[in-house]
Amino acid sequence: MADATLSEVKEATPVAVEETRTPTVVVDDVHIVYKVHGAGAGKGSATSALSRIIARKKSPSIREVHAVRGISFTAYKGEAVGLIGSNGSGKSTMLAAIAGLLPTEKGAIYTNGQPSLLGVNAALMNDLTGERNVVLGCLAMGMSPAEVRKRYQGIVDFSGINEKGDFISLPMRTYSSGMGARLRFSIAAAKTHDVLLIDEALATGDQGFQQRSKKRIDELRKAAGTVFLVSHDNNSIREVCERTIWIEHGEMVMDGHTDEVVRLYEKGERP
Amino acid sequence: MSTLSDPVNLSAPRGTDAGLTPKQLAQKYGLSVSGKRPSLPEYVRQLWARRAFIGAFATARLVAQYTTAKLGQLWQVLTPLLNCAVFYLVFGVIMRSRDGVPVYIAWLCVGVFVFQFSQSAIQAGTRSISDNLGLIRALYFPRACLPIAFTVIQLQQLLISMVVLVAIVLFSGVMPAMTWFLIIPALILQSLFNTGLAMVMARIGSKTSDISQLMPFLLRTWMYVSGVMYSVSGYIQSWPKIWQTVYSWNPATVYMDLMRYAFMPDSFDPKKYPGGYDASGHQLPKALILPDHIWIMAGTWAVVAFVLGFVFFWKAEEEYGRG
Repeated sequence: MADATLSEVKEATPVAVEETRTPTVVVDDVHIVYKVHGAGAGKGSATSALSRIIARKKSPSIREVHAVRGISFTAYKGEAVGLIGSNGSGKSTMLAAIAGLLPTEKGAIYTNGQPSLLGVNAALMNDLTGERNVVLGCLAMGMSPAEVRKRYQGIVDFSGINEKGDFISLPMRTYSSGMGARLRFSIAAAKTHDVLLIDEALATGDQGFQQRSKKRIDELRKAAGTVFLVSHDNNSIREVCERTIWIEHGEMVMDGHTDEVVRLYEKGERP
Repeated sequence: MSTLSDPVNLSAPRGTDAGLTPKQLAQKYGLSVSGKRPSLPEYVRQLWARRAFIGAFATARLVAQYTTAKLGQLWQVLTPLLNCAVFYLVFGVIMRSRDGVPVYIAWLCVGVFVFQFSQSAIQAGTRSISDNLGLIRALYFPRACLPIAFTVIQLQQLLISMVVLVAIVLFSGVMPAMTWFLIIPALILQSLFNTGLAMVMARIGSKTSDISQLMPFLLRTWMYVSGVMYSVSGYIQSWPKIWQTVYSWNPATVYMDLMRYAFMPDSFDPKKYPGGYDASGHQLPKALILPDHIWIMAGTWAVVAFVLGFVFFWKAEEEYGRG
């Protein structure tokens, strides 16, 4: 049993019990290739479009991007996993694929239930009031009207939208980007999701909101959920996640405990 | 030093699961492939659970639609009325269509409102996915909610305009009759038909954005051949029988005729409107003809369009978020 003692020394946080954990997200050797429309120097003029149709050529402005190249990992119940990497490394693509929004070219992603993706860019209904957005968002997630009535005040209070006057009854297009992101997070976090994917949505909130959302993420994890967090703010990764995956050029550089991975990432050292 | 280069494998299954491949692990815990579309019965069940969402979404959109216009929701009634006025001037007065049709104004207005219902449901359906990508990417719900909700919006608009329509019909001297109850089944069948078409167009529109440029022309052609503002029955009498049958199956004509019959059954009575010419050579209105089996046609169109549209839309369920 020399091996066992050796590995105990090796591990920074030793795994005391060999308990069986329930997987919630299994990513099995996934490759993602997506097509970008309108890329390149293709002329968008009518004559070039016509000659292309006549020549039956594919539009030159469609280019393929190999965004994720063979990533595998398994996330378990109650884990909060951070995804880090430089811009364009494939983090957000990975999240979109877990949410089932992008097809995998090769490999497969298995999830427990329908994951919910929360991104900063995801607009709800901008011409409707914040109030309507809360109600419609909750109903869309499958709550009953009675449940929505019960939770409504809690969601508005959590978002802090009404702290500076009655903003909830204004159309969402009048909100600042931070306010919009806060309301969207509050709506999505109102329900316990088996898998919640957060794409930089926490970076836009103010200090008080960030504290509240960290608490809420903890609650969601305790309710047997798994949380993925993509962020360029290493401190919020450190505070929220105990496990972090480092992705670079669509490949996994490292998968381990947050302290270790983020420390190496900040130093720019590839293991 | 080896602590850094050899991190713990946090992915590997532990305990009794140790040694399982990712696929085996996923199977053991019943994980499903992400983004896979649910089975048809499961999809129907999910959709049914979202019925409150469809209703609330439709109402919210309907209210928000005219918030930037001063006259507000009055435009819901004003737009089709102005359409009626234009058609009356061009087709009724200038092209003299009104001479051949009993109670032309009521006949025209019923046609315009009914056709408008199908037309706007199809147009809204075409854009229902592409205009709501933000919502689709933010939250998961059965995507068929959107084309259905947009058809519900058009139905709500039609019901509001129905009040005006009833006033127009009464002003034209048509008395309420028992056939007015037929308006309800006719509307239900047309709503089913429209929902089916909206779902078909939603899938096509989500993939091919060029289609929304093309739709106004297709819909206008459909309107002109369907006899919204003139009676087609006079024109097709000289056609070969087979083409008359094909023409009579035009769903827009079927639903308009049903509604016209429900509102003013007297117009279809040849004893009241024998046609021909009066002493001064002026054309007299001729009674309208209600095609045989029109309810069967209306029902067939409704069921076929709805079922095919639903299945066609569901087939691409996993792709709508990609845009």
